[in-house]
Amino acid sequence: MTDQAYNFAYLDEQTKRMIRRAILKGLAIPGYQVPFASREMPMPYGWGTGGVQVSAAVLTPEDTFKVIDQGADDTTNAVSIRTFFQRTAGVATTTSTSDATVIQTRHRIPEEALSEGQILVYQVPIPEPLRFLEPRESETRKMHSLEEYGLMHVKLYEDISRHGHIATSYAYPVKVEGRYVMDPSPIPKFDNPKLGDMAAIQLFGAGREQRIYALPPYTQVVSLDFEDHPFEASKADHPCGMCGATDSYLDELIIDDAGGRMFVCSDTDYCEARQAAGHKGKDAA
Amino acid sequence: MTPLLSVQGITKRYGAHIGCADVSFDLYPGEVMGIVGESGSGKSTLLNCMAGHLTPDAGQVVFDTRTDGPRDTITMSEPERRMLGRTDWAFVHQHARDGLRMGVSAGGNVGERLMAVGERHYGDIRAKATDWLGRVEIDASRVDDRPTTFSGGMQQRLQIARNLVTGPRLVFMDEPTGGLDVSVQARLLDLLRGLVRDMGLSAIIVTHDLAVVRLLADRLMVMKSGRVVEAGLTDQVLDDPQHAYSQLLVSSVLQV
Ligand SMILES: Nc1ncnc2c1ncn2[C@@H]1O[C@H](COP(=O)(O)OP(=O)(O)OP(=O)(O)O)[C@@H](O)[C@H]1O
Ligand SMILES: [Mg+2]
Ligand SMILES: [Zn+2]
Repeated sequence: MTDQAYNFAYLDEQTKRMIRRAILKGLAIPGYQVPFASREMPMPYGWGTGGVQVSAAVLTPEDTFKVIDQGADDTTNAVSIRTFFQRTAGVATTTSTSDATVIQTRHRIPEEALSEGQILVYQVPIPEPLRFLEPRESETRKMHSLEEYGLMHVKLYEDISRHGHIATSYAYPVKVEGRYVMDPSPIPKFDNPKLGDMAAIQLFGAGREQRIYALPPYTQVVSLDFEDHPFEASKADHPCGMCGATDSYLDELIIDDAGGRMFVCSDTDYCEARQAAGHKGKDAA
Repeated sequence: MTPLLSVQGITKRYGAHIGCADVSFDLYPGEVMGIVGESGSGKSTLLNCMAGHLTPDAGQVVFDTRTDGPRDTITMSEPERRMLGRTDWAFVHQHARDGLRMGVSAGGNVGERLMAVGERHYGDIRAKATDWLGRVEIDASRVDDRPTTFSGGMQQRLQIARNLVTGPRLVFMDEPTGGLDVSVQARLLDLLRGLVRDMGLSAIIVTHDLAVVRLLADRLMVMKSGRVVEAGLTDQVLDDPQHAYSQLLVSSVLQV
């Protein structure tokens, strides 16, 4: 049941309209950071008020909502956000990627390919990819508007000079439709290839920094690199211990006091579905 | 011959206060122009107006661009002016920290301009950066060190390498040897003189130091209260100053 003390999905209609306008602008200019007037949400910042506000603005009563945090549906963060919209919007919830119409995520893109009609909402801590080397907001805004992105490569250069290879493994910068350089939020670079040409709508919300940006379906997204150090979507070189998958992003777990390790899919829905279909990894009981 | 830079009637006010007033001169390819004058005489204001860091209230700064010939850089679009700023123009600040990224390695500092104009081969960028470190007498082994670990003189030389790596045609320098020890200054001056000669650079150098202009500048402008009071060949102005203020300056009464 919807909690009647709140408007549908907690935010008032005027605020949702303002956020929707920012989303539409973001979709019209893929990768461009649109400022919006972020609202206080009844949860800590780290839990993703940017993502929550975007979800609140796009949810309809007919939607089925899924929340993933580092690939899992059952972390405290994921459960509280799911419960929040269950209570304030009365929407159906699910852990199944294919059953969901709106998926809010932090740190991952689901393994299962998304389809047209689905919306993926990312929680973003720092939307500005140039922030690392240029702290002045006035200057980064100018760099975006004039397409002066040499500094992004300085960051990658520093990586290679220090580590011998591009060591950036999360929040790996991308160029959208040959125009805006974008921070894809702290997803592993393994997920970067999924950003491009995706059938679903991708929306990015940063609450504290008050920015929304977006990728409409089938957008070109290219990970930055050097000719002699090409981008690689790397992952741990193991199959999943539970479902045997060789194509999924893995978490490394310590399983006993002797320091025994096991690699399992970070996407719990993907792993469980494979196990239910009879796939078995070497560590499965 | 077309001047590389033609400055006409540059005036900059700070409110009612004059920064610089009605300055005009031509700079020809390969020439080095020195600008001297006491503190507050408007040297930096003029330099920053010419380099596009300040917008003058009046005047033109016409630069002979590679592609389109002479263009007024004050009325050209900001993207065009910024493009000049990282290709054909270079700016050496008095304080190296204003011209360097202190959180980025020496190689990254030198490589930035290359990456800014589209170079995307790490090995090539690094090789060029290392070559330039050598040309400013910084050991290649320091390529991955941050400028915070460098001495003042090394930082200044790194700033010069970072500016010259893209082969600019015009270098603006504001007190490039200021704040350095005398022996370090001498070495830097020597280096600058060599680079200016080898690369056929044109330069505009603002300084308090008459020894700097004696060594580097072909021509000299003397400024007072925002205006140019005397201009001419360096040796002429220094050896036979005409204006009373230049005479005072040369006789070191006003030297800081
Ligand atoms: N941002 C500013 N606002 C107001 N007045 C300024 C500003 N910058 C400079 N001035 C004034 O303009 C005049 C010229 O200053 P400028 O910095 O160009 O002199 P300068 O010859 O470079 O001096 P110095 O040798 O000390 O560097 C001075 O009277 C100075 O006080
Ligand atoms: Mg000055
Ligand atoms: Zn699995």
